Amino acid sequence: MKVKEKIIEGLLLLCGTIGVFTTVGIIWVLLSESIGFFTRVSIWDFFTDTQWTPLFTEKHFGILPLISGTLLTTLIAITVALPLGLSIAVYLNEYAPKKFRHYVKPCLEILAAVPTVVYGYFALMVVTPILQKFFPEMSGFNALSAGVVMGIMIIPLISSLSEDALFAVPKSLREASYGMGATRFQTSFKVLVPEASSGIIVSVILAISRAIGETMIVAIAAGQQPRLTFNPMVPIETITTYIVQVSMGDVARGSIEYQTIFAAGLTLFALTFLLNNLSFWIKKRFQEKYE
Amino acid sequence: MNNSKINQLKDNAFKYFGIGCTLFGILVLGYFLVNIAIEGIARINWQFITSLPSRIPGKAGILPALIGTLWILGLTAVIAIPIGVGAGIYLEEYAKKNRLNNILEINITNLAGVPSIIYGLLGLEIFSRIMSMGGSLLAGASTLSLLILPIIIVATRESLKAVPKSLREASFALGATKWQTTWMQILPASSGGIVTGVILALSRAIGETAPLIVIGALAYVPFVPSSPTDEFTVMPIQIFNWISRPQKGFIINSAAAILVLLLVTFLMNGIAVYLRNRWQKKVKW
Repeated sequence: MKVKEKIIEGLLLLCGTIGVFTTVGIIWVLLSESIGFFTRVSIWDFFTDTQWTPLFTEKHFGILPLISGTLLTTLIAITVALPLGLSIAVYLNEYAPKKFRHYVKPCLEILAAVPTVVYGYFALMVVTPILQKFFPEMSGFNALSAGVVMGIMIIPLISSLSEDALFAVPKSLREASYGMGATRFQTSFKVLVPEASSGIIVSVILAISRAIGETMIVAIAAGQQPRLTFNPMVPIETITTYIVQVSMGDVARGSIEYQTIFAAGLTLFALTFLLNNLSFWIKKRFQEKYE
Repeated sequence: MNNSKINQLKDNAFKYFGIGCTLFGILVLGYFLVNIAIEGIARINWQFITSLPSRIPGKAGILPALIGTLWILGLTAVIAIPIGVGAGIYLEEYAKKNRLNNILEINITNLAGVPSIIYGLLGLEIFSRIMSMGGSLLAGASTLSLLILPIIIVATRESLKAVPKSLREASFALGATKWQTTWMQILPASSGGIVTGVILALSRAIGETAPLIVIGALAYVPFVPSSPTDEFTVMPIQIFNWISRPQKGFIINSAAAILVLLLVTFLMNGIAVYLRNRWQKKVKW
């Protein structure tokens, strides 16, 4: 009996460590292939060259155009999602009747459940033609419609995490505010939102991290032309799109093209890893306040 | 107008603004879905479901992609459920509060934030190259399993946490061992939440495109995969492939395929929500 218990505990521990193996695997894979890449291309060129053309005969390996493309679509997405998401959080937390909340929340969650390739279709086939009516010079592939659609997709991420943060503000603060004769609007934006700011910031950081790693929407709608620009009307390329673009083709293992996707992946991983840990740190640091 | 009136006005204005924002996202999604339904619904017929892909849009079908998605769903479930639930049980029931387990926990949360395409690079190197699975169903399912493990682990832990201590103590008092208690008492009591989490995780897996493209799943598959070592495509990749083509006929095909994919996704999410509500209602500790 005792032996059986021990064996089972051992097996469960093995399952529990799968996450560690995954993390170690990710870091090892990205680093080992990137080291091969950086023996051929200097790190200095990688971060300062303004052209990214590994698939052309005249090769340049400057990651900046891919980073600028990634940041541009992310920025547009957050510009759409933050005001909407935060307003929804405040409304649902402070204004909405219970019943409305009960029915609306699952509907918002659907936004996050739709596969991203479907959003890619919307961005390319629905949003771009609409935007082209306002901006006739806009290209068929562009950062703007990809970013806007991505923003709509991450609304529930911001709204539900921010709502949790608002809900966690102690009742006494809210009651004190109402007791002073403040309106719901004043209570929300002068008491609750500042008090919950760390939680709201965490939600935004996680949304940024999600947008940076988003692949299919940008691969379908933003184009495949790496260029160092912040013009949202022209085709660009993000880090994730580049990885997809190379993966769709036939690239031999060990070739420099093969190694570039790991170097690009390492850059992407580093960005999201930093953001995710920043959000943990903020959460840890400011959560203790009420305890 | 005095100050208090202005404040009242602002308060009311925000009420309507808030409703507007809340409905905005839902209405936009609704507009998208109606749009896609109009575009694609006429294309869905028996021929579309049961045909292989083709150069001619009107003759093309989704059979290999649909079967591929079902294979991926099944294989991923077989791999991810035991490991994920096992890991959840270990972390919640067995792990002591020490440094090692703290690291395990932080690590899981960290993994949930890793972009899916990075899992693709991991799968490409480990499963496809080193374990020489190539672009097979098994390589794809293994990659997606790693991707959804954090979701299953977190859902399992939440459900186990909801089981009251008294149940455990009663079981121990009757002389049951730790595993007997877990297997015969705790797991059945928390099964509703675990099943919900698993379905949500699997529905995420069948919508994934990028990691499968990276490990080398094909865009054009003129055969139906019949074993885990076969090469394959899935619905999202087929949709991506059709969207990327210039002909109008393929765009209509992609809209129709999206409808099929959404039907499966919403069905799974619906079942998950239904189970969650039923479970929450039934269990009153």
